[in-house]
Amino acid sequence: MDEGELVEYFRTQMSQDPDVASAVAAIRSLLEFLKRDQSETILGLRENLTKAIGRLQEADSSVAVSSGGELFLRFISLTSLENPDLSQCRNMMIERGELFLKKISLSRGKVAKLCHTFIKDGAKILTHSSSRVVLKVLESAAADKKRFTVYVTESQPDSAGKHMADKLRKLNIPVTIVLDAAVGYIMEKVDMVIVGAEGVVESGGIINKIGTYQMAVCSKAHNKPFYVVAESFKFVRLYPLNQQDVPHRFKYKADTLKTAEDLNQEHPIIDYTPPSLITLLFTDLGVLTPSAVSDELIKLYL
Amino acid sequence: MADSEGNERSKQTAIINHAADEGDEKSLAEIQKAKNEGKELTKEEKLRLRKEKKQQKKGKKDDKGPTEKAPVKEKTANPPASSQPVTQNAAQKAPSAVSVPVSESTAPTDKSAKSKAELKAERRARQEAERASKQAKKEPGSQAPSSKSKAPPSELQPAVKRLPEHIQVDDPAVVRKLAKKLERQQKSGQGTSLNVSRVKIPLRSDYGYKVSLFSHLHQYSRKAPLTQQISIPATVIHPSIVRLGLQYSQGIVAGSNARSVALLHAFKQVIQDYSTPPNEELARDLVNKLKPYISFLNQCRPLSASMGNAIKYIKKEISNIPSQYKEEEAKKKLLSCVDSYVNEKITLAAKGISKYAIDKISDGDVILVYGCSSLVNHILCEAFEKQRKFRVIVVDSRPRLEGREALRRLVNRGIRCTYVLISAVSYVLPEVSKVFLGAHALLANGYVMSRVGTSQIALVAKAYNVPVLVCCETYKFCERVQTDSFVSNELDDPDDLIVTRKGKTHLADWQSETSLGLLNLVYDVTPPDFVDLVITELGMIPCTSVPVVLRVKNVDQ
Repeated sequence: MDEGELVEYFRTQMSQDPDVASAVAAIRSLLEFLKRDQSETILGLRENLTKAIGRLQEADSSVAVSSGGELFLRFISLTSLENPDLSQCRNMMIERGELFLKKISLSRGKVAKLCHTFIKDGAKILTHSSSRVVLKVLESAAADKKRFTVYVTESQPDSAGKHMADKLRKLNIPVTIVLDAAVGYIMEKVDMVIVGAEGVVESGGIINKIGTYQMAVCSKAHNKPFYVVAESFKFVRLYPLNQQDVPHRFKYKADTLKTAEDLNQEHPIIDYTPPSLITLLFTDLGVLTPSAVSDELIKLYL
Repeated sequence: MADSEGNERSKQTAIINHAADEGDEKSLAEIQKAKNEGKELTKEEKLRLRKEKKQQKKGKKDDKGPTEKAPVKEKTANPPASSQPVTQNAAQKAPSAVSVPVSESTAPTDKSAKSKAELKAERRARQEAERASKQAKKEPGSQAPSSKSKAPPSELQPAVKRLPEHIQVDDPAVVRKLAKKLERQQKSGQGTSLNVSRVKIPLRSDYGYKVSLFSHLHQYSRKAPLTQQISIPATVIHPSIVRLGLQYSQGIVAGSNARSVALLHAFKQVIQDYSTPPNEELARDLVNKLKPYISFLNQCRPLSASMGNAIKYIKKEISNIPSQYKEEEAKKKLLSCVDSYVNEKITLAAKGISKYAIDKISDGDVILVYGCSSLVNHILCEAFEKQRKFRVIVVDSRPRLEGREALRRLVNRGIRCTYVLISAVSYVLPEVSKVFLGAHALLANGYVMSRVGTSQIALVAKAYNVPVLVCCETYKFCERVQTDSFVSNELDDPDDLIVTRKGKTHLADWQSETSLGLLNLVYDVTPPDFVDLVITELGMIPCTSVPVVLRVKNVDQ
């Protein structure tokens, strides 16, 4: 399976199941790649996998793909690969890969189960742009017969907020779309803010759609809790100190990176929210404070 | 009257014992003997006689209440050696208190049932006696001349975990214990076959007036070298350790990495020159030999956290030597252990940290550094080699002026530097993009212990929203928890603060001013909210994850 086929597979995965997280689709493609790989040695296999992850990152420059890919690689190589027979090793790796995939497909459900209890009856929730995890959370809260209203920001430049509002209306949840600029105005009305994350960094901060940072600053100023819901495969080994420190490959879309002449003229699509503004993170590993994220990362990666 | 009698009692404890135990007859016999000898009774003897007569009178009165007398007498008979006057005074009050109500219970003929009032009075007197004696026992701890109104630590000791000795300098009982411990250490290192006269490891004395908040710490003077102030027995302490101690006390070897490396080198020398005495096991004997060295080094300059960890490691390695190893093998193994520790934990760790840190330095950065941290200098030099374009602002502070050394090193490499004093830090911060700080130790609750002035810089950087990065090797992580800079610190020579300008030295006779104290702190403690990132050889971690690293390290070991 060469790189072009891999990207094709990835794209079909994403289009077939719009509800799937991009990282899950990436991991499925990597698993397929592993199954079809022809290399003769384990080292060669690893190299090919690393190259494949790099290729996928170029195709879809989200943080989740990079973190998911790295975690996948770590998980499958965690077993002892002492077996001299390469095909045996490969089968073992494939087995572990399937296991990993199964685990992370369930993670969204786990997060929703943990978080929906924090939504009280009569709550007013503010969320940003379109996040499938937040949708799942609100879905399970509604299934629990709770009454709440949702405010969604429009989230330009791609108006993703409108998609979120449509999906919420289908679930019979009262929803209002607000302008991105109206976050400060609406903050006094809401009881809590729930956002998803594209990546959770080592400091406990998050990388998410542009506009999340100012929502966090506003909620801090108003003393409203700022909750983040994210699956554990989004934990990434990055440590940005401020907005400028986030690597360029995450800030801009993949095609923008390739075609743009002057990146200063381009607008970034994500921003970094520092851990001091986040109250709690809901993950499938449990409900964590931002300082505990580093603890979990050390357990995952070291 | 009570006082004088108290003083006399201290001289004549034995006599009291006699009087208590053997009753009145013997004392009478002694008086008779004195009279018969015809000598004029000396002043002491006269006082003694007077006392005995009083005792006898009391003895007659106390026929009704013998039980009250006995415990009080015992207390007066066994006072601690140095605190006798106090105990005696208190105990003196007790018998007088006892005797008063007893005398009040008149009618010596009425030896039958005591009235309720008399019983109550006796009980009250007994309680007062016990309270007085308890107070007397506590008073020696709080009679230290230098301590002010702070609660004496000896009272807290039973309730609280034992405080380390180096932060209880104002408690004379603790100081005495330390002196005895130094004596004992020297003795134990000698082995039973030798018969040397008792030479003790010297106890360095404090110098000058100590500010009250820090009176629990040592304050030594650097005016005269250590060898002139105290006599160091050469038979007890290895010469390389003596040299090391001198270098520490004079500030020739300074900086936590340099001190640890020098310590480990000196220990290597000690191990090489060591020979197991007969009937002793190397593992145990060598550890015991090291104890007086460590106490001596502590006297020269209080040990740093990194040195503490290095010593723990060495002691563990020594005690883990299997007994079947021959001496040469064991020594070789130990030397290679020390070498690998220095290599892994210090040299290679510095390389690993620079690798992560260089990622954080981007072109066009303005980096602020404080003082002279070997690790931060190493990082900046490496980054410069890797062609990163940045400039450095070096912040310095009196009295050590260590920033000049850092400035020298960086400028020699060709890095563009600016030099300011710490008072100008809020002026330069708007143009700074990152602050790199070194650390002396990282505490278990995430606080950073570093040169005094560091927390100031972190505070101002936070106010200007400038990221603060602390670079620290994992061997400097310690289990201690501290939230302020008062509890455990180091006081340097206060004379360093004296400055001579245009031939005039204003503070030359600061000691004669009663209301003036000079404070020369060495370390301070920065809370984790001011630190954005800690770079260790294990990676970049937030300040709050230090206990996680400690846990992982303990699991490894």
